[in-house]
Amino acid sequence: MPDSRKMTSSSRRGLLRCMAWAGCGVRWTVIGGVPTARMLDGDAAMATKPAGLSFMQISDSHIGFASQPNMDASQTLAEAMALVRAQKADAAFMIHTGDVSQLSKPEQFDKAAALVEAAGLETHYVPGEHDVLVDDGKAFFARFTPAGSRGWYAFDQAGVHFIALNNVQDLKPGGLGNLGAAQLAWLKDDLSRRADSQPIVVCAHVPLWTVSQEWGWGTDDGLQALALLRRFGSVTVLNGHIHQVMQKVEGNVAFHTARSTAFPQPAPGTAAYPGPIKDLPPGRLRSTLGITRIQAVRTSSPLAIIDTPLGA
Amino acid sequence: MRHSYPVIASTCLFLVVMALPAHADDVAVDIKHFTFYPASITVPAGTRVVWTNHDDTPHTVVDAAEPKVIRSPPLDTGDSYARLFAAPGIYDYFCSLHPHMQGTIVVE
Repeated sequence: MPDSRKMTSSSRRGLLRCMAWAGCGVRWTVIGGVPTARMLDGDAAMATKPAGLSFMQISDSHIGFASQPNMDASQTLAEAMALVRAQKADAAFMIHTGDVSQLSKPEQFDKAAALVEAAGLETHYVPGEHDVLVDDGKAFFARFTPAGSRGWYAFDQAGVHFIALNNVQDLKPGGLGNLGAAQLAWLKDDLSRRADSQPIVVCAHVPLWTVSQEWGWGTDDGLQALALLRRFGSVTVLNGHIHQVMQKVEGNVAFHTARSTAFPQPAPGTAAYPGPIKDLPPGRLRSTLGITRIQAVRTSSPLAIIDTPLGA
Repeated sequence: MRHSYPVIASTCLFLVVMALPAHADDVAVDIKHFTFYPASITVPAGTRVVWTNHDDTPHTVVDAAEPKVIRSPPLDTGDSYARLFAAPGIYDYFCSLHPHMQGTIVVE
């Protein structure tokens, strides 16, 4: 995917300026097989009942993280859940695209589950690399992905086929995210029973498209998964991991990465290394939790997948 | 490279003393900014290498080759992992969470 980053530089600045990194969710609506994304903000109109299937996405809650710029990732997840609760309208469920915890500790899983439950929505999870640090992730899978003992599974909702993938294990030296042969074989089999016209939503923690080779923000065998999805008319790929919004549309596939509810990471090319942005200006934490960030997100809305047809 | 981080080096030594039996000729590798410093070191056989994570992000030290002779637990901020290299050889390793992070221990 040589042209994998299609955003203009000015558009990207618009997105990053608003880097709505805490207490924020994304609301997705599927109408006629075309998913559209809207950032959650304080606009009452957002809470009106939309037509079609709606669901919520959050990501990278990193419960247990307590360092600059966020000494309490539980608090910001709680605020995000309050926002979801206020904005969910008729959303059918929520997706958490991984890094639920900071260190895969049982108490961090407990805390995250309790906070997410407050949103009042059934929640489907995919594992992030922070969630599978212990015992090959078995504790996370048992608790958060009961439908898939290795972290991958599928389900259907209102005619849309949802696929949850695990691309955070058995990573190779110098490599990126990894799906592996067994998961790709499962995906091929799962998709073989689907009609081309069925809308597909794929969730995975690490981006399936290469956002930054240097920082490992991509998936080594992501192209093999995307090849299996090529025949479908509407494919939406939802990722986390990079703690910032990036979007692109390539053919019939729309890609979107979600913000974290815990801390922001720099955009590739704007810093020497990834990781938490520690030097937010004083007071920026609380101001970003509020309306300021939301305005900037709205400014960037022309970049969202809204009204973008995915079929050929 | 280590001379560029005198404060880190001394902090690391302190942690090693606190957390691990001290060896006078331990060699330190710092994990900082999603990088192993130094990325490559050459040590005599019998040297113990101690990695210490200074990032706010957990990292690991895992053998790049099979079987995985080197395999640390997840290292949170300030955690150290020590391994004695008794046999000569070239040991490539990486962070299994951030596989673009790679390093080499050359044991002579």
